[in-house]
Amino acid sequence: MTGEAIPAKAGAAAPGEASGRRLPERLARVLIPVVMLAALIGIWQAYVTAWAVPHYILPSPVRVAEALVGDWPILSGALLVTLKITFTALFLALVGGLALAILLVQSRWIELALGPYLVILQVTPIVAIAPLILIYAPTTQTALLICAFIVAFFPVLSNSVQGLKSTDHNLLDLYALYGASRLQTLWLLRLPAALPYFLAGLKIAGGLSLIAAVVAEFAAGSAGAGSGLAFRILESQFRLNIPRLFAALILLSAAGVAIYAVTSFVSWLLLHRWHESAIRRES
Amino acid sequence: MTDDSAPAPARPTLVSLRGVAKTFSTGTTALSGVDLDIGEGEFVSLLGPSGCGKSTVLRMLAGLAAPSAGTIDWKRARIDGAGRPEVDMSFVFQEATLMPWATVEKNVWLPLRLKGVSLKAARPRIDEALERVGLSGFAGAYPRELSGGMKMRVSIARALVTRPKVMLMDEPFAALDEITRQKLNDDLLDLWRTFGWTVVFVTHSVFESVYLSERVVVMAARPGRVVDDLAVDRDDLSSADYRNSPRYHAMCARASASLLSAIGGAAA
Repeated sequence: MTGEAIPAKAGAAAPGEASGRRLPERLARVLIPVVMLAALIGIWQAYVTAWAVPHYILPSPVRVAEALVGDWPILSGALLVTLKITFTALFLALVGGLALAILLVQSRWIELALGPYLVILQVTPIVAIAPLILIYAPTTQTALLICAFIVAFFPVLSNSVQGLKSTDHNLLDLYALYGASRLQTLWLLRLPAALPYFLAGLKIAGGLSLIAAVVAEFAAGSAGAGSGLAFRILESQFRLNIPRLFAALILLSAAGVAIYAVTSFVSWLLLHRWHESAIRRES
Repeated sequence: MTDDSAPAPARPTLVSLRGVAKTFSTGTTALSGVDLDIGEGEFVSLLGPSGCGKSTVLRMLAGLAAPSAGTIDWKRARIDGAGRPEVDMSFVFQEATLMPWATVEKNVWLPLRLKGVSLKAARPRIDEALERVGLSGFAGAYPRELSGGMKMRVSIARALVTRPKVMLMDEPFAALDEITRQKLNDDLLDLWRTFGWTVVFVTHSVFESVYLSERVVVMAARPGRVVDDLAVDRDDLSSADYRNSPRYHAMCARASASLLSAIGGAAA
């Protein structure tokens, strides 16, 4: 008793078509962004040179590159500090968000008790809470970490709660029918079912924890050896060292893009075999 | 109320429902006063329009819902610590209800896995179950790579991997196309004959219920109740012969009439 027609495996394209159309398309995918970037930098350089714009107003790309190389010891140290806060906050947000989400879905009473405070924590602007946290936290670094954590924590929590609640009811019945324990149901069913939601939370939280780490540092106005990129940006502004300001900004954007790329990749890695969101549709 | 038309079951009674009613928290009465005996090894269809509570009967048999009134008595089952009868049963849902993140093999493994059987130890039984449903080469496939009929086959493989005695099926083939559905009907009959299951099969298709079962229990809605209990005598006709036999058509006509009067009675 053989079954129905065997469907094609996902993502398998007709080989003839692939060689005919894919290569130029792939080339264009790389070329277009590169050409665009080169054009933008070219226009920027041309504008600065032609109008003789002073470097303390708008430095040329060459000057920014020089600052990036020349100030690398200062900037890389600051970047490291910012990244350390970002990733620690992100890690704590992932662990804490998921753990609290699991707790919240265990009982409606817990959700009823804690829910409002979680929302309050989320909707109050972090810049407004930062001064208070700075007073209470033992060190500035800890304060920054707490700020970044609070911001990154919520998307992980709310997405995980949503995911844990979205488990297929029939599957829950099936687990009940086979006498699955609460732990088995959580581990084998609820958590995998929540994974796509959790990963969406991760992508948001990754970007937010970097933003929060920078915003909190602005609010803290910390200075000295242990300071991150936000402080270097403020410092460069005060000293009218605009090339370094630009260089710091570029580093921040690059870090943000890298975090987004990594979280997207992790998400793809975990979902591409089975989840609709990670599967390319063949038209 | 059903005993006059029902066949005197030669088999011992497996489970008996007496005065079973179900009222949901919304106040809807899903079932009222259902009396039903199901014999061991019997293939019973519950036939009725939507909202007649046939799925609710099935869920209560599975222990997934409790009756608001009446009793469900598993004649020879022991009661476990949680107060549920220990019956080796499996449930097949209308949708295949597979875990999309797990391969076919791991989906079929699930019931054994929950009982603590390792994949390695379970593999012979998983392979056997997949072979039974004609999916031997698909252990490593993900559900989304399969057609609707194949997913349902995986679902059936998962149901039979525990070697159950009772198979509860809630409109399992309703979402499939006619050809696949007929094929699966025949395969299900083969499996039933091989394993000697007791099958309770919920459907809203007259033809399917008459084709598959030895007994068709017709239900009506508002409130859900049993209105008729028809014995189907198939003898030993083969599938194609049976589908074309006057006996089959007469039985379908009778079940249809019974169903129509049930719907008409509810509307009046």
